[in-house]
Amino acid sequence: MENNSPDDKAYFFDKQKNIDLFLRVFYVICAILFVADFFIHRHVSLTWEEMPTFYASYGFIACVVLVLVAKGLRKLVIRREDYYETDVVEADTSDAGSRNVD
Amino acid sequence: MRGPEMWISELPPFVPFFLAALLVLVTRGYLQSAIMLAAPLLGGLHLWFDVGPNIRVIYQLLEYDLIVMRTDQLSLVFGYIFHIAAFVLVIYTLHLKDTLQHVSGLVYAGSAMGAVFAGDLITLFVFWELLAVSSVFLVLARRDSTSARVSIRYLVYQVLSGVILLAGALIHYRYTGSLAFDFIGVENPGGWLILIAFGIKCAFPFLHSWLTDAYPASTPTGAAVLSVFTTKVAVYALARGYPGTEILIYIGVVMACFPIFYAVLENDLRKVLSYSLINQLGFMVVGIGIGTALALNGAVAHAFSHILYKSLLFMSMGAVMYRVGHAYASDLGGLYKTMPKTTVLCIIGAASISAFPLFSGFVSKSMVMTAMIYEGYDILWLALLFAAAGVFHHAGIKVPYFAFFHHDSGIRTSEAPTNMLIAMTIAATLCVGIGVFPQYLYTILPWEVDYWPYDTTHVLAQLQLLFFSALAFVWLNKQGLYPPELHAINLDVDWFYRKLLPDAGRFTYRTSRQLTDKLSTAMKISLQGAQDIFRSTPLADRYLAAWPTGSMVMWIAIILGGYLLLDHFL
Repeated sequence: MENNSPDDKAYFFDKQKNIDLFLRVFYVICAILFVADFFIHRHVSLTWEEMPTFYASYGFIACVVLVLVAKGLRKLVIRREDYYETDVVEADTSDAGSRNVD
Repeated sequence: MRGPEMWISELPPFVPFFLAALLVLVTRGYLQSAIMLAAPLLGGLHLWFDVGPNIRVIYQLLEYDLIVMRTDQLSLVFGYIFHIAAFVLVIYTLHLKDTLQHVSGLVYAGSAMGAVFAGDLITLFVFWELLAVSSVFLVLARRDSTSARVSIRYLVYQVLSGVILLAGALIHYRYTGSLAFDFIGVENPGGWLILIAFGIKCAFPFLHSWLTDAYPASTPTGAAVLSVFTTKVAVYALARGYPGTEILIYIGVVMACFPIFYAVLENDLRKVLSYSLINQLGFMVVGIGIGTALALNGAVAHAFSHILYKSLLFMSMGAVMYRVGHAYASDLGGLYKTMPKTTVLCIIGAASISAFPLFSGFVSKSMVMTAMIYEGYDILWLALLFAAAGVFHHAGIKVPYFAFFHHDSGIRTSEAPTNMLIAMTIAATLCVGIGVFPQYLYTILPWEVDYWPYDTTHVLAQLQLLFFSALAFVWLNKQGLYPPELHAINLDVDWFYRKLLPDAGRFTYRTSRQLTDKLSTAMKISLQGAQDIFRSTPLADRYLAAWPTGSMVMWIAIILGGYLLLDHFL
């Protein structure tokens, strides 16, 4: 990771204090939303909606599953950036090693 | 009251755009800019104030009536948003000194108007193909070898879609005797073909790879332009021809779900946005498939707000590309320091696509979700809810976070050009405006529906879903579980024609060439061998000896003479 900042100015998120503050506010909002489910009555139409904290749990689990499945998928589908281009060159020079398109 | 005014309200909306394209071709500088601005501005104002529903303009071509303009509330809504988007995009591209992109952009936008107001399938086909041919220049204008190759793949898909549309229209005509562009349905094979043609342009699963291939490869401004028209013309066409076609619900759910996995993995942020574009189309396609008034209104409303926030997101990434030269998440970061305005505008787009309350996505997506519950698609609703959480994860958080925050990449650049900022500000204002005052959007929707998105249940549920999706992002990052951004390719269905097909072709060619070589060698060797054996026999002396030409001629004469005699006597 290069850090050749041409200026020494400290921006908002350069200070750990500010990042912590930002995250703390975020956690507090999450906590309020989580607890709100036990106090505010929702007009539900589906059975699983009745479960308290359904949306919060679903959102969290959905995103964790999304990322973990995507990581699994990456193992399957990831290729080198020149994956498609090597063949174009290979067809011309049959030398896949030294590739330099574009 | 009659006369010129009658004529002017019957001016097909594509005409100002095509005229402007012609004029832009021969003008430069401020005059060129003024013409570009005038087309969507005057055209849009005219459409809003002078043109009502139930107008039909027919041009007779040979024996056939081309309905070049048919207005009803459905075509008008798409007409309005296309004009707004075209105006915003013209402002966004004003700094460009590239007449090629200006002309193709205007023809492209005009073709979208033509398709949306087309009243018969032949007129639709003409504009359908014009959309393809004009838009390809927004990719080609990168003017490098990659964009040239991508353009060809893009064009093949787009033109193929048109050809299938024409074939489907003709078969549909044989079954129904009508070429009207109204409800088509899947009762006959023609209807299925037309559905496939629409499906290609709408990026149905397995037909989608042209989009994720071409949009990230287009010019910095081109991607924003492309993101508006092609796919939304297809959404309009589906809403017109296939409302309530149940298979669309399942197709839409798949479209909403599968791209988000790729969006998590992709490093090129414009590719992330391309996948999330398909995800958003999924919600619209589901709405059309359900086909109730609420669902269809939801699909149309979602297309309306989607055009604004998706182009806003593409514009913000275009601005980053314009300043930095690329949009790779792995190499960006910390840009909020030097592009604070672009950052805020991008975040507004991100909040809108994530459907935060008070932003446009919330008031439109919730219509589709609610309609789904009403019609009893509980399990599929859960899948869409998963997709809704996923949108926030990749488009809402990932795009702004990796571009503008994350670690400091050390890049110090300058804010986006003023014209870009103005364009993005208009789009962002509309995103918030629709979110805060949805009643204005709801009044122009085609169907009469009593719906209001803001109640405690709804707002609370959505906030919980979104904040805890964000919490998952924070948690995964802190645990080091979030996949790193890598320079790499992720295989998608384009593998079939970019790898399998060429490889199979090369393999067949190579194998058959080797086979021919081997066969001819085998023939040569066996011939050689036979000759060698023959030479070593006593016969060789007799037959290989030089025969005088005279004896040959004599023998031929004898044979011919024999034939002559046989012919004479038999």
